[in-house]
Amino acid sequence: MPEVRLDTEEALAEGEAEITSDRRAGHSEVLPLYSPPEFTWTNDVDKCRRCKRCIMQCGWKTLSWQDRVVPDHSKCVGCHRCEATCPEQCITVRPNAQHFKPHALWSLGHRKNVWRQADTGGVLLTGMGNDQPYEVIFDHLVLDACQVTNPSIDPLREPMELRTYLGKKPESVEVEMGPDGNLRARTRLEPNLELATPILFAPMSYGSISLTAQKSIAMAAAECGIAWNTGEGGLHEEVKPYADRAIVQCASGRFGVHAGYLNAGAAVEIKIGQGAKPGIGGHLPGEKVSLDVSQTRMIPVGSDAISPAPQHDIYSIEDLRQLIYAIKEATQYTKPVCVKIAAVHNVAAIASGIVRAGADMIYLDGFRGGTGAAPTVIRDHLGIPIEIAVAVVDQRLREEGIRNQASIIAAGGIRSSADMAKAIALGADAVAIGTAALLALGCTLCQKCYTGRCSWGICTQDPELTRRIDPRVGSQRIANLVRAWSAELEEILGALGLNAVESLRGSRERLRGLDLHAGTLEVLGVKPAGVGA
Amino acid sequence: MTTLPKEIEPIARARIDAAGLHYRELNARIREAIAAGEREIKLANVNGQRYIGAGVAGDVRIEIHGVPGNDLGAFMDGPTVMVHGNAQDAIGNTMNGGKVIVHGDAGDVLGYGMRGGRILVRGDVGYRVGIHMKAYRTQVPVLVVGGNAGDFLGEYMAGGLLVVLGLQRRRGQPLVGDYCATGMHGGTIYLRGEWERSRIASNQVAARAAGEDDLRELRPALEEFCAEFGLDVERVLGEPFARLTPVSHRPYGGKYAA
Repeated sequence: MPEVRLDTEEALAEGEAEITSDRRAGHSEVLPLYSPPEFTWTNDVDKCRRCKRCIMQCGWKTLSWQDRVVPDHSKCVGCHRCEATCPEQCITVRPNAQHFKPHALWSLGHRKNVWRQADTGGVLLTGMGNDQPYEVIFDHLVLDACQVTNPSIDPLREPMELRTYLGKKPESVEVEMGPDGNLRARTRLEPNLELATPILFAPMSYGSISLTAQKSIAMAAAECGIAWNTGEGGLHEEVKPYADRAIVQCASGRFGVHAGYLNAGAAVEIKIGQGAKPGIGGHLPGEKVSLDVSQTRMIPVGSDAISPAPQHDIYSIEDLRQLIYAIKEATQYTKPVCVKIAAVHNVAAIASGIVRAGADMIYLDGFRGGTGAAPTVIRDHLGIPIEIAVAVVDQRLREEGIRNQASIIAAGGIRSSADMAKAIALGADAVAIGTAALLALGCTLCQKCYTGRCSWGICTQDPELTRRIDPRVGSQRIANLVRAWSAELEEILGALGLNAVESLRGSRERLRGLDLHAGTLEVLGVKPAGVGA
Repeated sequence: MTTLPKEIEPIARARIDAAGLHYRELNARIREAIAAGEREIKLANVNGQRYIGAGVAGDVRIEIHGVPGNDLGAFMDGPTVMVHGNAQDAIGNTMNGGKVIVHGDAGDVLGYGMRGGRILVRGDVGYRVGIHMKAYRTQVPVLVVGGNAGDFLGEYMAGGLLVVLGLQRRRGQPLVGDYCATGMHGGTIYLRGEWERSRIASNQVAARAAGEDDLRELRPALEEFCAEFGLDVERVLGEPFARLTPVSHRPYGGKYAA
């Protein structure tokens, strides 16, 4: 519980009133501030067989043993790890039933933040994606289906093509007869990243997540024939066997980036921004830079890994082009280069510049995208939704006749195969999933990633916690998710009468809006429900 | 200040005339020459071609006559690149190892994110030099500037050695520009002669006169620099040096609520 002490005697002695959060002993007068625990922890004492597993499972040290399990409610983050692992299923974690006077303007969240900042004077941190109740556009879009006049396709008996190639496509393709009597392309094709289904895993570095979590994701990518992304944390030995399915990231800190790293992956990504923290750099605190993390990032143990907000060699589109081609030169033009940006107001013009700078893919991260750590105020208030960003970027690139020069990856709040299908219909080539993949590993969205104490072993470097993920099991769970979404996408395509996902790309005519403002519909390029073709 | 390229005897076995060549063609030829076993390559008539030596590894010597373009030696890991003339921006970008020697002036953003190797510039350099240089194990990047440097020198510096000598400084000319060492959280910067404290991020950097132990640390880099450019190391060491180190390895640690 935070408390502020008013040092009355000293203040009077010095002739000034001063409020301090100093907790030195001997200060008598206390001004208590109340910040209620978010959750309450209870167990059925009759059923509890005192195995103490819950105490060991909690990464936040909420529970202790005093002849029985005793909770410190203020430490519980509501991750439900103890509940899930209790052999007697006798634990219940529930939101603290707080009866504060309701106030439509001053939500309890606002009040708590003020109390905490009055206590600490610090920038509030959080994890995962924006949790504020903004309207979700995906939930106001519906897909078309075939009836009578245009037959649907049954994916159970007809082939469905989900295979997706990300990268530059030629203006036109000339073919010629090869010596073996087969037709072959005469046009030189640019390197593309081949995906068996239009899904990638979002960048999550070793350091931000555990190696067991990253390895689970990498193995799932290899199994599903899709791609994972190193994030800005280098390539650890353990995941090198899956490097041919990796997008290796080059961001402002250049951690672990060297020529061998750039050439190890299937593609290279230049990270400019992230949906959860547009315009903000990254910052892995020194205490999280263990020996192993230091080796992968190629920095000293215990040193802060600071990724400055901009890349200081990129202050313009021309500078971006310079880095894109530096990477192409260093990889001898064998790897497609992706540029990742946060979706912001001017995203269409920025994307146009990125394509003209020579990028082969643009990764658009909407304002609901996840993070291991970000200032709460940034996560919750900067950027625009991915639905809008994809629509305006696709539209702009088409208008300028350069849509073929780069693929679009949509990310930041893709929750289901329906969101994926809608994002593709709005103009994406593929979607990237981060939060969904972590949910498959057990994440319950407690949003405490930044503490590094994740009880599920995902967002932590504590070996006691990280070993809770067995990559063989974790990868299967994530691969299952990818397979399920792919099968559902096939069902959706069949209902739409399509047999290839590329036929859905940018096909906004197959979308209709429900309860969306005229302005939003116009930006999306989508008609309201009820309007026919 | 520019030192005119001195004509030296061609020691390279492979000679590539860069006149009129696009950088992609020029760099492909360089890689072909290396693949063919050449270890000494001389480039003549270089005129702004970018990415020379980018991503190239191994024990190779590339001698450049003319002015190479941006990103010279980007991601480079081992080669020695000698520039007989001026060079442009972003030399040694994210360089892992090797050596770049510039006999004239160089531009902005030198050694960005550089992890290993050495960049030695005889003349002046521009803005944003040595940003986020970092050291790792035995890799300690070294960047020595013979002349003056512009703003943002050593910003976010995380490791390595950054030296500014001001050898051809005119009276009243600042040795380094503004915002020097802002966000510095590792490594060491040495400044020779007079410098202005107001240019330094004084809340993040401790500055003091270099002592004997410090000069011992500095000496190998200066000896190499002087040998490369035919200078007298004792004369260079004749002026006092200031030594800048970060106050904290966690400059922004206290900014956030626990």
